[in-house]
Amino acid sequence: MTTAMTTATTTGLPVDLPDAVIEQLGRELDEIYDATIASLGADDERYIRRLIRTQRTLALGSRVAMLAGAAIRPRGLLGRKVGPTGHRAGAALLAGGTAGLGLAKILENMEIGHNVMHGQWDWMNDPEINSTVWEWDTVCSSDHWKHGHNIVHHTWTNVLGKDRDIGYEIMRTTSEKPWNPVYLAQPIYNTLLALLFEWGVGLHEIDFDKLAGGTRDEKIEQLELFQGFARKAVRQAAKDYVLWPSLAGPGFRDVMAADAAANLIRNVWSYVIIFCGHFPDGVHLFDESVTEDETRAGWYLRQMLGSANIDGGAAFHVLAGNLSHQVEHHLFPDMPSNRYSQVAPRVEALCARYGLPYNKGPLRRQFGTTIRKIWRYALPGGEDKIATAPAVPGS
Amino acid sequence: MPVLDIARARVTDVVNAFATPLKASHYVELVNPLWTSHKLQARVEEVWDETADSRTITLRPGRNWRRHRAGQYVRLGVPIGGRRFTRTYSISSSPERRDGCITITVKVLDGGRMSGHLVRELAVGSYLPIGLPQGEFVVPDSTPVRPLFITAGSGITPVMSMLRTWDLVGNMPDVAHIHYAPHRYDVIFATELARMAERHRRFRFEPVLTRELDGAVEGDRHFGAAQLDELCPDWRERDVWACGPQSLLEAVEQHFEDAGRSRYLHIERFRAPLADVPDDAEGGEATFVSAGDRVTALAEPATPLLRVAEDAGLNPQHGCRMGICHTCDVPLVAGRVRDLRTGDLIDEPGQLVQICIAGAAGACELALTTPSN
Repeated sequence: MTTAMTTATTTGLPVDLPDAVIEQLGRELDEIYDATIASLGADDERYIRRLIRTQRTLALGSRVAMLAGAAIRPRGLLGRKVGPTGHRAGAALLAGGTAGLGLAKILENMEIGHNVMHGQWDWMNDPEINSTVWEWDTVCSSDHWKHGHNIVHHTWTNVLGKDRDIGYEIMRTTSEKPWNPVYLAQPIYNTLLALLFEWGVGLHEIDFDKLAGGTRDEKIEQLELFQGFARKAVRQAAKDYVLWPSLAGPGFRDVMAADAAANLIRNVWSYVIIFCGHFPDGVHLFDESVTEDETRAGWYLRQMLGSANIDGGAAFHVLAGNLSHQVEHHLFPDMPSNRYSQVAPRVEALCARYGLPYNKGPLRRQFGTTIRKIWRYALPGGEDKIATAPAVPGS
Repeated sequence: MPVLDIARARVTDVVNAFATPLKASHYVELVNPLWTSHKLQARVEEVWDETADSRTITLRPGRNWRRHRAGQYVRLGVPIGGRRFTRTYSISSSPERRDGCITITVKVLDGGRMSGHLVRELAVGSYLPIGLPQGEFVVPDSTPVRPLFITAGSGITPVMSMLRTWDLVGNMPDVAHIHYAPHRYDVIFATELARMAERHRRFRFEPVLTRELDGAVEGDRHFGAAQLDELCPDWRERDVWACGPQSLLEAVEQHFEDAGRSRYLHIERFRAPLADVPDDAEGGEATFVSAGDRVTALAEPATPLLRVAEDAGLNPQHGCRMGICHTCDVPLVAGRVRDLRTGDLIDEPGQLVQICIAGAAGACELALTTPSN
């Protein structure tokens, strides 16, 4: 399906569907949700438990491999001199451990942590695997994340002036946002954000304007948020950059660098996937007026128009935390993520039936248009490319 | 000693810092789920069918288990269809058992989801979450007693733990035991009890079968004053422990109250005596428990419980108020609520409830303090 593009400067609802039809669409989406939730069972439970066990085994195994690599690389086990073979084996263990830990962190943050915190697994009634207690392996604290992401972003998706995830406050990603010379530098700080993504996410909840110039109460509130962030960040940094490296003794720097590289792998990957969720060409933005008297069906419609999917195989979707099914995730944020690929064809078929755009594409298209946007909107002006209804056969 | 404890706590802190945001115990679990310290699990070692509808399950609890006292019960969680359900079961094995295992004996209750699963589907080798032993249905260790046990059905299990202990240690007191079961072949532990009665002259076991094979009962064979006088004439000189279905316990309670001997009666119930809520009941008294405070408010059937709590002056944590963000999830303590979106009923204690989209379906109680790690 090719999606027609148009340029638009208004951000009202771009589709002209009568209210009754939107409500009908809402009922059909409710049916998909209800049928899926009703079918949850032992297979789903096995999926998440096995994934958590695999992730933890991988994380621990990778750290042990790093320590072993750091131990044999410079001088061999027990101080015996090693030749180039030993040196290469040590370097391979370090590299393998780095890749493994990066992968483990990706799985923990995306397919496990993000989704558990959405309440996707609360139905299991497990005291550990649920949204109230899960703490994930990043410098961002779960409490902050659940507020900024689950409440603000998922309720106010793509509403200008409400959703702090539009350009993450620091970037201009739409012509609706007035230009400012600071944005000239956004290609640079966009790159920095990719490299330091977990730190950006961790600080995202803090409102630095209020911290600097707010009322006394606002300052205290923001300061407490910052302290919460700092506590978590210190623990995370101590683990990766002091404690585990210290076990390597003289290989301290090797392990510290390997941990930093693992965090970097996770940062860049999650940045790429998350930026593809709402920034590619075709996604819609909305005026706050759209949300006045918005029904649940209207909210569904906004989620569908404001999100973009990435094509890929089963392994890709797991590594993307199934955020490659961003449309389905935004429609049903608390549906277990292993079910998104199952409902996606139904959602796409519904879109076709109602003449709605369904934004999906390969990673290079979704990420390419995102980056192009960030570069283009660094300069003044620009026109948003909005997906319009595809031609509906027979209508 | 405190110095040692402090040192140990420090070491634990450092080891856990390597595992942050988890605990080291989460990684120990990968090696053996019985070695964890952050939660307690038990491995199913053996299943043994006792009667047509009851089964004994041998469990090996994890390292942090505390030896039970004979008569105590334990909370056991079982995932059924991916969802965890928790029930309490009396431990039927003796704490003197040497292999570190415990047994529970489960009888299928009518429509009992959990008992049905445990008896028919539980697999050896699976791990189940388990609580520490609890309960005051115990015989004092220090003072000599002459117990009268009155049990029915699977109510025999806590008493079995006591009898097995005395049998094992060899200090069987003067015991009278009246046990009710429908038929001879419904008596759980029948063979073992008969052998015990042969070995110990001071142990008197009186099984009362309440039904004939064809279903006709010759007179009423349920608990009554005349029957008690006949089976245990010296009941006025004994301490009594009773465990069984609600109807039996009510009759026993009434009898000992009339005789002015309530203080010698110890009772173990399978469940709290709650009034049944009809299927179509809507609205009701909602109780919110938070940091020890209890606030009760009358809830309209279609009003979200979050709103009810707020109207009652509480301020529960919440977010979107439309059922998507799960910030307001709190565990159900008791009673029943309805998902206002689907109309589905939630009545499983411990189940998390999204109070922004749930209404009261009869009386209900919710714990507003969020659990934390």
